[in-house]
Amino acid sequence: MKSSTQPAWIISLVILGVFLLGWHLVTVQPAFDPAGLSEEQLQGLEFKGDIVRTGDGGYRYNPDKSRGIPGPLVVFKKTIDELSVAFEKKGTNDHGIAHLVRYTVTRFAAGFIAASVVAILVGVLIGLSPLLYRSLNPFIQVLKPISPLAWMPLMLYSVQDPTWTAILVVFMAALWPTIANTAFGVSTIRKDYLQVASLLQLSWWRRLLTVILPAAAPAIVAGLRISFGSALVAVVPAEMLLGELGVGYLTWIEWNNLDISGVMFAILIVGVVGVILDFGFNRLARLVSYAE
Amino acid sequence: MDYLTIDHVTKHFPLLNGSGSSSNGKTFCVLKNVSLRVSKGEFITTIGHSGCGKSTLLNIIAGFDKGSEGGIVLDGKEVDQPGLDRMVVFQSFALMPWLTAFNNIRLAVKAAYPSWDETKVREHTQKYIDLMGLKGAEGKRPTFLSGGMRQRVGLARAFAVEPKVLLLDEPFAQIDALTRGVIQEELIRMWSATQSTVFMVTHDVDEAILLSDRIALMTNSPEAKIAECLDVNIPRPRSRATIIDLPEYTRLRNHVLHFLMTQGSEGKPET
Repeated sequence: MKSSTQPAWIISLVILGVFLLGWHLVTVQPAFDPAGLSEEQLQGLEFKGDIVRTGDGGYRYNPDKSRGIPGPLVVFKKTIDELSVAFEKKGTNDHGIAHLVRYTVTRFAAGFIAASVVAILVGVLIGLSPLLYRSLNPFIQVLKPISPLAWMPLMLYSVQDPTWTAILVVFMAALWPTIANTAFGVSTIRKDYLQVASLLQLSWWRRLLTVILPAAAPAIVAGLRISFGSALVAVVPAEMLLGELGVGYLTWIEWNNLDISGVMFAILIVGVVGVILDFGFNRLARLVSYAE
Repeated sequence: MDYLTIDHVTKHFPLLNGSGSSSNGKTFCVLKNVSLRVSKGEFITTIGHSGCGKSTLLNIIAGFDKGSEGGIVLDGKEVDQPGLDRMVVFQSFALMPWLTAFNNIRLAVKAAYPSWDETKVREHTQKYIDLMGLKGAEGKRPTFLSGGMRQRVGLARAFAVEPKVLLLDEPFAQIDALTRGVIQEELIRMWSATQSTVFMVTHDVDEAILLSDRIALMTNSPEAKIAECLDVNIPRPRSRATIIDLPEYTRLRNHVLHFLMTQGSEGKPET
């Protein structure tokens, strides 16, 4: 692929252009056509607010009432509107988008980092001890496939606090892939590295820090990457279900407002947040990787 | 006076059953009553076919493995755990790929001399970098070094710890023939400069004669043992180019080759 000299971004731009154009064409509103409708029916539509009377005595669609799927221009306008008040807090549930992004990123980071620390520790322990691995494996196998959202009612009941429950849901989502990969990485460390560590009489901690963790780092990072995606997927419905302010909850608020352009804007922001977090993660991953 | 004594070492391995997970109670005797006495400052080589048990013997001396019977005595003390007094140079190099050449050696120096401050550790590390001809490569990670350079790092790491015995496990097997000759001569230079005691295993006859004071010939497993020990009466310094013309060299070489050929037929000795 790298031999290709065609800049990929040109193709990306073309795809984006075609998509926006297609979206616009599909969602463009035809002018209101009163032909075939009686005066009574027109009055009925006007009464419902679907149409409004224009100055010259005709009718047109009510621009304040959304119909069908909003087009790109509407979503664009919504985006501009939202970004212009990004840092404002207008009410309990009406915080600017910058605040919502901050809430989601903080919630995600708290759950993900806590889960990673726990998962790496557990992974190292069971990776080092085949006995521990075999004895804990049945539990891991049963717990691993449970959707992190399935824990939510139980957690909500136990911790009695939606803020902590949302973080715990992210925690559960991020836990298992890192445990499994760390255990695998640690248990498959080349024997001669461990032999060098034992020749050098490194203490348990030094052995862990200077040999085991660096040697298993590529596998651990691979596990963290899977956990990262799974936690990112979990944070959105967790916010929705718990009513915790954030970009995930924003989609639900906008849905309750029947503001479909707002829903689309929120979806876009979820994607952008994912890209930002992923970028940060990749920078981190590059620090610990090495070529064999 | 004996410095390193291998005293009647016998090693049984459990035979695995079909599933490979547990022993069915039967054992396979790899080594049987292996005894060897090594003097201080001696370079001794054990030679035998691949799989004859010579690496098992080295692992027992290193403490990676335990003999079923018998034991290892080093400088008057029995040893059964790995330790800094016996450094191993691995066939696979065993360098940490996430550390530079310098830091690979530094890790060992720091472990061997925990009381040293950072300056002293760095000086000592640099000394062995220079001695092994690694100048210019110290900042590189092993992945970016050739096999020869990697084993120089491996040797520098082992010498830098200044162990009582150096254990070389087919150290040149993965290095191309031309580089091998150069590093063998560097090893000899380091060995005489540091007055180390070296125990090497190999299946390369020329290597054994070039480097060793004594060659122990090992029979094939099961129940491998040291059949005889040959003194290499070739004056040092030796060089690859000149020793091959000596009648003593030819005599030793033929003797070793004859021994290896009479040992089983599953492997041929490298010549």
